[in-house]
Amino acid sequence: MDRQSPVKEVRLTPIRNGTVIDHIACGQALNVIKILGINESNIGSSISIGIHVSSNALGWKDIIKIEDREIDEKKSEQIALVAPDATISIVRDFYVAKKFKVHLGEHIVGLTRCTNINCITNKGEPVLPEFKVESKYPVQLRCCYCEKLVNNISDNLL
Amino acid sequence: MDLYHKDVVSITDFSKDDIEGILDMAEKMIPYAKGEKIKRSLDGKILGNLFFEPSTRTKLSFESAAYRLGCDVIDVSEMSMTSMAKGETLADTIKIVDSYCDATVLRHPHEGAARLAAKFSDHPVINAGDGAGSHPTQTLLDLFTMRQSKGCLDNLNITLVGDLKYGRTVHSLAHALTKFNMKITLVAPEGLKMPDEIISHLEENGCKPVITEYLEDAVSNADVLYVTRIQRERFPDPSEYQKVAGIYRVDKVLLEKAKSDMIVMHPLPRVNEIAPEVDEMPNAKYFEQAANGVPVRMALLNGLLGGEF
Repeated sequence: MDRQSPVKEVRLTPIRNGTVIDHIACGQALNVIKILGINESNIGSSISIGIHVSSNALGWKDIIKIEDREIDEKKSEQIALVAPDATISIVRDFYVAKKFKVHLGEHIVGLTRCTNINCITNKGEPVLPEFKVESKYPVQLRCCYCEKLVNNISDNLL
Repeated sequence: MDLYHKDVVSITDFSKDDIEGILDMAEKMIPYAKGEKIKRSLDGKILGNLFFEPSTRTKLSFESAAYRLGCDVIDVSEMSMTSMAKGETLADTIKIVDSYCDATVLRHPHEGAARLAAKFSDHPVINAGDGAGSHPTQTLLDLFTMRQSKGCLDNLNITLVGDLKYGRTVHSLAHALTKFNMKITLVAPEGLKMPDEIISHLEENGCKPVITEYLEDAVSNADVLYVTRIQRERFPDPSEYQKVAGIYRVDKVLLEKAKSDMIVMHPLPRVNEIAPEVDEMPNAKYFEQAANGVPVRMALLNGLLGGEF
């Protein structure tokens, strides 16, 4: 009887060109993918996702490697909403050309919906939702219109 | 605080000193509010009164306050009578009304409506109630009534009873009470309790409220009993309303357990939460409270529109 060859362990391998988003809060990798707007119609290149990966700094973390795509720095504020410790590395020819930490400002505009369904910003008015960042760990947002705290940011990203 | 050209959207926009300043001005307004003295400090000004939810006291007291100061009023009382019924946004409606008047008073069913209106107005916007959100001018007249009856606001024991979940008056009031170091007791049935984030706000500001479902336990030490109506219109499910309607009733028997100088307040309208027999008792302050809407709103309008006084 032929013996099957042992399963080869697959790890996230280095990428030649693209973006590595590291130190994502554990369990938030798929929300980061959603923020980046990656879906079946625009995927175009390989994406590796590690969920619940051991981390010295965070204990456990998620990590995403996107080949052949450099993400816009503007996305970093939105990523900070779900992963406030994330770092973003732009990789060119296997070298890190640029590295930065996501940043969440004191006041954010238009990145997520207010979760109060009776808030005026959910009623078709010509305004973007605005929030005061009350806490970064964990991220807590207060709507500048209805003054309610936002629940469940990741399900309400715009 | 110089009120000139400011918006009045949330009581949280005002400091303790701001509030005291408005109440001091309201005190001066009393003889003018009663028509005993006349001063037309806002002669030539126009106030826009937009009420997209029912109102008696707030709407009429704003009108009275404006007229007492010589300010004219244009008004809308129903959304169905405006272009909003044709799908116009509140933002567009406000821009238009703002171009017709010197200040706008807005009551609206959606939270945050007044903040949005302020964004689209060049002139001051006054929040007259936005959904279950804020009602800052009610808070000012509530505080004015307490100060008038008790001499000062600091360190009072206050019990809030009724619909603490949907009642915007108690939400605004709770924010203001922390500025005066009041001891707060919250009485509400399960399902109508004060929202957690307001409790957190109270605690962050050094006030740990006593929370109970039993009114009888909460009156003996109170200086102020603030009663609210359980609001049928805020309940999506009528059967849920029936479960809690009439659960609290303030009557002579209850008041025998209270301090003799405890005052009873209510933003009105009441249904059956205060027995009519209480109306004649010296403790009853709710009709004075409603009357105080005029001098308090006169103080605000005069300040916002730069009247000389």
